[in-house]
Amino acid sequence: MQIIEQPKVYDAVVIGSGAGGGMAAKRLSEQGLHVAIVEAGPFFDPKNPAQQTQMKWPWESPRRGASSVRAFGDFDMAYGGWEIEGEPYTQKDGSEFAWFRSRMLGGRTNHWGRISLRFGPKDFKRKSIDGLGDDWPISYEDVKPYYDKVDKLIGVFGSKENLPNEPDGFFLPPPKPRLHELYYIKGARKAGVPVIPSRLSILTKAISKDRGVCFYCKQCSRSCSVYADFSSGSCLIFPAQKAGNQIDLFVNAMAREIVVNDEGKATAVSYINKEDRKEYTIRGKVIVLAASACSSARILLNSKSKQHPNGLGNGSDLIGHYLHDSTGSSRMAFVPQLVDRARYNEDGVGGMHIYTPWWLDNKKLDFPRGYHIEIWGGMGMPSYGFGFNVNAMNKYLGLKVGGYGEQLKKDARKFYGAFMGVSGRGESVAMKDSYCEIDPNMVDEFGIPVLRFHYKWTDFERKQARHMHDTFEEIFHGMGAEILGDKPTKEQDYGLLAPGKIIHEVGTTRMGNNPKTSVTNKFNQLHEVDNVFVVDGGPFVSQADKNPTWTIMALAWRASDYIVEELKKMNI
Amino acid sequence: MDRRETLKTLLVGTVAGGAVLTGAAACKKEAEAVAETVEEIVEGGGYGRTPKEQAHDKKLQAETYFNAHEMATIAVLCDIILPADEVSGSATDAEVPAFVEFMVKDLPYHQLPLRGGLMWLDHEANRRFKTNFISSSDAQQIEIVEDIAYPPMNEKEEKERAPFAQGIKFFSRLRNLTLTGFYTTKMGIDDLGYVGNRPNIWDGVPDEVLQKHGLAYEEDWLAKCINQETRMEIAEWDADGNLLT
Repeated sequence: MQIIEQPKVYDAVVIGSGAGGGMAAKRLSEQGLHVAIVEAGPFFDPKNPAQQTQMKWPWESPRRGASSVRAFGDFDMAYGGWEIEGEPYTQKDGSEFAWFRSRMLGGRTNHWGRISLRFGPKDFKRKSIDGLGDDWPISYEDVKPYYDKVDKLIGVFGSKENLPNEPDGFFLPPPKPRLHELYYIKGARKAGVPVIPSRLSILTKAISKDRGVCFYCKQCSRSCSVYADFSSGSCLIFPAQKAGNQIDLFVNAMAREIVVNDEGKATAVSYINKEDRKEYTIRGKVIVLAASACSSARILLNSKSKQHPNGLGNGSDLIGHYLHDSTGSSRMAFVPQLVDRARYNEDGVGGMHIYTPWWLDNKKLDFPRGYHIEIWGGMGMPSYGFGFNVNAMNKYLGLKVGGYGEQLKKDARKFYGAFMGVSGRGESVAMKDSYCEIDPNMVDEFGIPVLRFHYKWTDFERKQARHMHDTFEEIFHGMGAEILGDKPTKEQDYGLLAPGKIIHEVGTTRMGNNPKTSVTNKFNQLHEVDNVFVVDGGPFVSQADKNPTWTIMALAWRASDYIVEELKKMNI
Repeated sequence: MDRRETLKTLLVGTVAGGAVLTGAAACKKEAEAVAETVEEIVEGGGYGRTPKEQAHDKKLQAETYFNAHEMATIAVLCDIILPADEVSGSATDAEVPAFVEFMVKDLPYHQLPLRGGLMWLDHEANRRFKTNFISSSDAQQIEIVEDIAYPPMNEKEEKERAPFAQGIKFFSRLRNLTLTGFYTTKMGIDDLGYVGNRPNIWDGVPDEVLQKHGLAYEEDWLAKCINQETRMEIAEWDADGNLLT
């Protein structure tokens, strides 16, 4: 098969169009670089009525939004999921890593939770605090200016709280709490757990003329058609194109590997065009990987050459290692005070209006690192699953469960909106022994060798999950709520979800000053190949209990500025 | 984007699919491909399907699982589960049987328990009344339903209802599907009183609701929240991140 070479040589080829890729493409193109974006999925614009799921009703889907086709249901805006036909991955030694991929322009930013938390000063220096893992080669002060810029460019609501490890930013004002959230505040305070307004990248207030303001439909997971939430397409790529910058989009283009010259320097990206199933190369002076932590690791490991026999930039043999996801565990409760509640529109923004940041001192606990608590519930729009076991809570009220007839309709009305849930999202300790690697025995439908995962939780994470459930129960008791389900046992890992399930996987190309113990330097640049950068979650040394997107974007911005400087100095 | 424009985008929608790609001359072909795809989806999809998803839906819709007798029995059961009342119509008014038929094709793990359950039910009716379930009288149908409508809540009930255990399982499954099918229609949502999924401005829990629950917003918390009158004013901050607008 002949490999077809694209005629143009780009200043930068960016692989992936999510948070990191979108930011790099925007910043590089704004400074005059000609940029190509290689995206494995189709073009997507939330404004496109043909692709739009926002403001649709459940009955418009024959399965009423069930998750049989899309992992989070018919209306969720992720083309992809945990399993993608033709794109398998495998496990080693009984691992159960779950790998979520969105194949579309904007990637997972189209459906994500918009929880936009800065890492705090301690989050960059965990080893200095507890002796575990490693410190980042950079500190909060290095990243702060970029967090500031991201806040102002993209918009995030929140409140000034002056908490030591939850830095404040340039916030838009948050929305008022919902009813079940007020009950949560009450219960949490009784349990000595703090609560503050949440921090989400949703526009409660205008930040520019080009983007709409939130109209409170709660459907950010469907990607906002007026661009009132952050998605990479709507907030980074389209505005950059609109401003006249040179960004060419290559969609349905599955990156295979990075091609190098005799000196071992990157010259091009090879990809498979999914439409004609032919292989192409696209040349670039700089290659920016932003395909997601695991996809970027896969591309580097598959980029084997005489100069880089282990994979590109893998002299340390660490690419793929230190893979770590957030910990996660959830619990639900029935709130008797919310039985037979008054009806009004409480959709609000797409997600919680309040949350609990990490509040404890690990010196007094039997696990390292912390977690934050997310809150959900309310009178939501029904979809598949609504009405299952409709009156199971009657057992708490001394009434019959099950039945038939008019009584069931009364029960459905009575219990509507009377449930809520909490989710702990915490920091795991990055371990060298948790990794992805190339499976020597399998390729995907494009002939590209696939990833094999080896991932084990440790007691650090299990004990953290146990603590989450103790806290959840205390808060629910404080609210006067009935906790649903039994407390997960030791045999159930205390309810700790399988790795990958929280979709915060990072760490596969971690940054550091020492090329023997890290893959990238403090500017996200491969130690061994100076014209290759990684701007997704790969360079994270540690995860914090913060969702990674805001830090991905801050670091992608920082790395892009560095790329432009280095190009000016003719260093790369 | 002002409010009028926001609403226009929402309600009418604009075909921006191809337009944003035009900056990329090298990708003109992709733009054309997107435009074609867009037309294709708009025609038959209607809820944002990809071409592959749309084909999948069509395939499922073309298949038939339940036979006429099974569908008739499901219809009778659905209306026993959710009859019309003064607020809303019945399960069949909301076309729940057709939803059940679609769901067993979409989630095939429902197939065997429902088909087998329907046979169990006919057998039970035959045993008691020498005829199948739908040919039994209303009173006879209810007699059987009474035996299978209440999952046992303790060991004693479990023992008592052991002869109907399979029937109880079947009925619980159909009850779940009937309720979910009903409350995801316009009729069901109107009955329930869900009033969202429309552009609005959230400005907190209504006062009378707060009072009823004995709750109140705290002054210092409210001070942090958005003043909705200023929502359209473009945000500006001082150097310390204090909002000025």
